[in-house]
Amino acid sequence: MAALDRVARSMLLSELLSGMMLTLKYFFTKPAVTLNYPYERYPLSPRFKGEHALRRYPNGEERCIACKLCEAICPALAITIEAEPREDGSRRTTRYDIDMVKCIYCGMCEEACPVDAIVEGPNLEFAVETREELIYHKEKLLENGDRWEPIIAERLRLDAPYR
Amino acid sequence: MSGSSHIAAGGGQVRGAAAGLALHEPPAAPPGAEEPSAATRTVEVDSHAINFGPQHPAAHGVLRLILEMKGEVVERADPHIGLLHRGTEKLIEYKTYLQAMPYMDRLDYVSPMCMEHSFVLAVERLLGIEQDVPERARWIRTLYAELTRIANHLLNVTTFALDVGAITPALWGFEQREAILEFYEAAGGSHYHANYFRAGGVSRDIPPQVLDRVADWARRFPSFLDDLEGLLTENRIFKQRTVDIGVMTPEQAIAWGFSGPCLRASGCAWDLRKAQPYEMYDRVEFEVPVGRHGDCYDRYLVRMHEMRQSLRIVEQCLDRMRPGPVKIQDHKIVPPPRAEMKRSMEALIHHFKLYTEGYHVPAGATYTATEAPKGEFGVYLVADGTNRPYRCKIRAPGYAHLQALEALSKGHMLADTVAIIGSLDIVFGEIDR
Repeated sequence: MAALDRVARSMLLSELLSGMMLTLKYFFTKPAVTLNYPYERYPLSPRFKGEHALRRYPNGEERCIACKLCEAICPALAITIEAEPREDGSRRTTRYDIDMVKCIYCGMCEEACPVDAIVEGPNLEFAVETREELIYHKEKLLENGDRWEPIIAERLRLDAPYR
Repeated sequence: MSGSSHIAAGGGQVRGAAAGLALHEPPAAPPGAEEPSAATRTVEVDSHAINFGPQHPAAHGVLRLILEMKGEVVERADPHIGLLHRGTEKLIEYKTYLQAMPYMDRLDYVSPMCMEHSFVLAVERLLGIEQDVPERARWIRTLYAELTRIANHLLNVTTFALDVGAITPALWGFEQREAILEFYEAAGGSHYHANYFRAGGVSRDIPPQVLDRVADWARRFPSFLDDLEGLLTENRIFKQRTVDIGVMTPEQAIAWGFSGPCLRASGCAWDLRKAQPYEMYDRVEFEVPVGRHGDCYDRYLVRMHEMRQSLRIVEQCLDRMRPGPVKIQDHKIVPPPRAEMKRSMEALIHHFKLYTEGYHVPAGATYTATEAPKGEFGVYLVADGTNRPYRCKIRAPGYAHLQALEALSKGHMLADTVAIIGSLDIVFGEIDR
């Protein structure tokens, strides 16, 4: 009987037919799961580790105080900071470079920063055509901060209870 | 079948072109040709070598395989490794324990959190804090280790099916895998290199709505597994390509250093989660699926059953997880909460010390192994009392599996080698390190 069953299954291509049926079922009953990417995106969590940004205080003063904790913790040695006192006596960076080619996006700089200055923002589309463009200077990072500040502030607010 | 038939046809062409000599038949003289003159030499070629990979899509990464063929039959398979060598072990000697964490993610990049897990447990053991880790942190780590196992097996099973000619499972499987990777992102901030587990707990607590999403997904996942099994388990093409291919007896498997699903498919019921329970595995119920034949098909079946068992563990973790702290209270090892750091001078000093110097680990050595999705992933960590490891030897399961490739594929056809590589679940991040 088992042999007959096996022969019948084999002759009728049962497993192929059932596979085809399943595919057809998915085709008609399952809503599409693909996204039309540049126009549609899936939501990112507030913890997403994307492109870096240097933030400012609401009065326009830059947050970074050149404590160099991010430089110290960076496992990939991607951050270079130079600092000296400004004319008004406050300590600020004169140079803040992140080599985005070295960066491994571990998020340690954001964790280490005591003044929430350096953050990994929500942006993941920063592909460029040359390597030189991926060495971010302070101006570029501050510009990123200005551009993404509303979203970054919201992300930090959402994630604050867990930090 | 497109992928496999393509490969088989390639092998066949080679046989026709060069290996005609290998069949020990005198080459037929073309019509009208003279008897070979004295100047003509006949060279006997018994076998010839072909280069499989490192760019071949069925090589699962950067495996370069030198195959000595006799016709279409593999005589010798010589894996060449090292194309993805990044010197992780040496790098870790120059990083603090905290800085070493992201490097662990990049070993087996298909199951990152399980790689972190071994390292974290090793550091905790050396620090002598493994009993102090809060329950919630341990539940979260168990939960994510099992989600990782499902994600890893999903990738392996479906791409294995792709290697032997079935495309649909890979397309469907990646959708489910994406769901798990979104849970990764909600916890650690990225799809792969989460850098989430820390010595003394996890880096941040998980928001409750994420756990609800995991529970919701866990309810839907079994029906997907049923569909996947419906496509593969009884499919005759799949079975023809996998049953009795690459057979390992239990004795051979142990001698070659197999572990994980590959060992269990051969019939050894060895699972570190049961044999030497770590984390919360002694408090959850699950079964260890064991195969009988040790062939590619059994390795597939073991992985399918393991996914269901992992799902059971995931559900138990969700049920039994209670709110609470997710890090130990010792701020010499884990950073203080940010709000406290901004208020208290002492906390700020701890914060600065941790992120510059790190923590010092008392001198000692430990070999700590966990049951990673691919097998026993061990970290042999030697501490010399400073803030950096003196040595960090990584025991990758894939390395042991890959060395048996010759024993497994000898005497099989070229296309079966592809099935064997797929069933071994090889990822080069951990093999080359």
